[in-house]
Amino acid sequence: MTTLPSVGRLADSRRSKRLTQRSRAERWAPLLFLLPAAFTLLTVSVYPVIDGLRLSLRNTMLSTQEDAFVGLSNYVRLTADPDFWSAWRHTMLFTAASTLLETVLGMAMAIVLYETFKGRGWVRAAMLVPWAIPTVVTSKMFGWLFDGQHGVVNWLLMQTGLIDGYVNWYGDSQTALLTIIIADVWKTTPFMALLLLAGLQTVPHSLVEAARIDGAGPWQCFWSIRLPLLFTTLLIAGMFRALDAFRIFDLVYVLTGGGPADSTEVLSTLSYKVLFSGLDFGYGSALSAAMFITEALIALGFGLFIVRRMRRDNG
Amino acid sequence: MLSSWRAQLLITRIALYIASALIVVWSVAPFLWQVSTSFQEDRLLSSPTPSFLPWPGTLDHFYNIFVEKQFHLYIINSAIVAGLTTLFCLAIGGGAAFALARLRVYYHFGILALILSVSMFPQIAIVAPLYLAASSLGLMNTYTILVIIYLSLGLPLVIWVLFGYFQTIPREIDEAAIIDGAGPLRLLVSVILPMSLPGFVTTGLLAFIMAWNEFMFALAFTSGVERQTIPVGIANFTNLYYVPWGDLAAASVVVTLPLVLLVLAFQRWIIQGLTQGAVKE
Repeated sequence: MTTLPSVGRLADSRRSKRLTQRSRAERWAPLLFLLPAAFTLLTVSVYPVIDGLRLSLRNTMLSTQEDAFVGLSNYVRLTADPDFWSAWRHTMLFTAASTLLETVLGMAMAIVLYETFKGRGWVRAAMLVPWAIPTVVTSKMFGWLFDGQHGVVNWLLMQTGLIDGYVNWYGDSQTALLTIIIADVWKTTPFMALLLLAGLQTVPHSLVEAARIDGAGPWQCFWSIRLPLLFTTLLIAGMFRALDAFRIFDLVYVLTGGGPADSTEVLSTLSYKVLFSGLDFGYGSALSAAMFITEALIALGFGLFIVRRMRRDNG
Repeated sequence: MLSSWRAQLLITRIALYIASALIVVWSVAPFLWQVSTSFQEDRLLSSPTPSFLPWPGTLDHFYNIFVEKQFHLYIINSAIVAGLTTLFCLAIGGGAAFALARLRVYYHFGILALILSVSMFPQIAIVAPLYLAASSLGLMNTYTILVIIYLSLGLPLVIWVLFGYFQTIPREIDEAAIIDGAGPLRLLVSVILPMSLPGFVTTGLLAFIMAWNEFMFALAFTSGVERQTIPVGIANFTNLYYVPWGDLAAASVVVTLPLVLLVLAFQRWIIQGLTQGAVKE
């Protein structure tokens, strides 16, 4: 009888020891699991950004071995550089046009896919094809489709009478940026549609049902119930799309190389050329820093709008 | 009255089918045209009227890319880089997502948001510093530097998607495993991992596609066919006097067909994985 409490106490102390061991492991385990990812992201993504800011204050030239602190002179040069401002305008125009088109067309596709019909799974699967194709392949593909001499797009437009002479799509500075926008819209719209479809499916069916019973038609259901409820999702998807479009590089570099006559030069291709053709790492870094700032402003603009929208929705 | 209602229903149905047919044409027609082009003779490709079916067909373009342009070397490079990237992404990203979803981590939504914002950086902003670092470490023109860079490009997406998968597994399972004496590593490897295998397959596929398709870093960090990946190879595919559209189409088909087939096979999971971030608020 007398031994029992002591055995109990022994077991108790053993358990508490194990518990403290466990809680110590529990405290450190998350850190150990997070460490490799944190280390990778900090060294390969975050640190280079900061190092890029440092470089933008120097005149580092790989061709002449120059490398000295020059203060803000790269940024002064930037504000007076017509190439920079023209690339900035092209990038903004491309970002605005492609984001808008992709959101509107994507919404239209999502509405179609929201209805249940036979073969819907196949349509959804087909929509992943443009997304999976490497962008470089997309560029070459559109180069062939929109070729000025043998392109099938010119031929089709001629046959249907929409144009009366072959258009030199990406070989003409009037239409080159348009061709790039079309290629981007082709590649990204289906994916946008799938995102928005997922958003549409979260709108409670009971709401739509109730409106239908009250005599609302399908259009009215869409405009007054689904769209308002979807608006935040739409904004978030639009923001990510805009931030991604702003970085466009592959399509331009491969399809036009920024030409003809710099009419499709965007910030990423301009920076790349300054860095790797001019070997001017100081000025190139100032260019990418300017890009970074513009991108942050776009994100901030969207972010403020989204937060305001959410506040209004919730209260 | 009833018949007009039925007629309206019929019209809606027909419109629906026409619209979805348009979506399918939009999505796959350009690629199908590329497939057809890859089997057509150059003579046919430069004729004033395009022929939509490859008749008479030829395998010349495939011969050109593999025998003359050594395209298989690019494929090997891409397979090695993308394969290693996928493995590391899953191992490292899986651990991080597990910690964020299942262990006690303060501010885990804040950490997730930070990770996501890292993926939104303009990639051109990190090229120059990484280039200088890689040069001084002697990593230029190696698989290693590409894998390291792709790892950091892929991690945000991998962590986000796996985080979503892990959250769908009921927490009671963790508790049961912990009561049975399993530590965190054991919990991940023997309980969570087997239960979210589809998630790992999908996420791995996403990381693989990302690395397989990446162009800018491959262009800047590699030179020569012994290390260049497929996108760089295709981008440099130009003859002196004319653009070899047939060869390009053949190369496009060779590198895209496996991706398209994989994506079609896993489409349900991919759509689920890619869209969950947008839906959750």
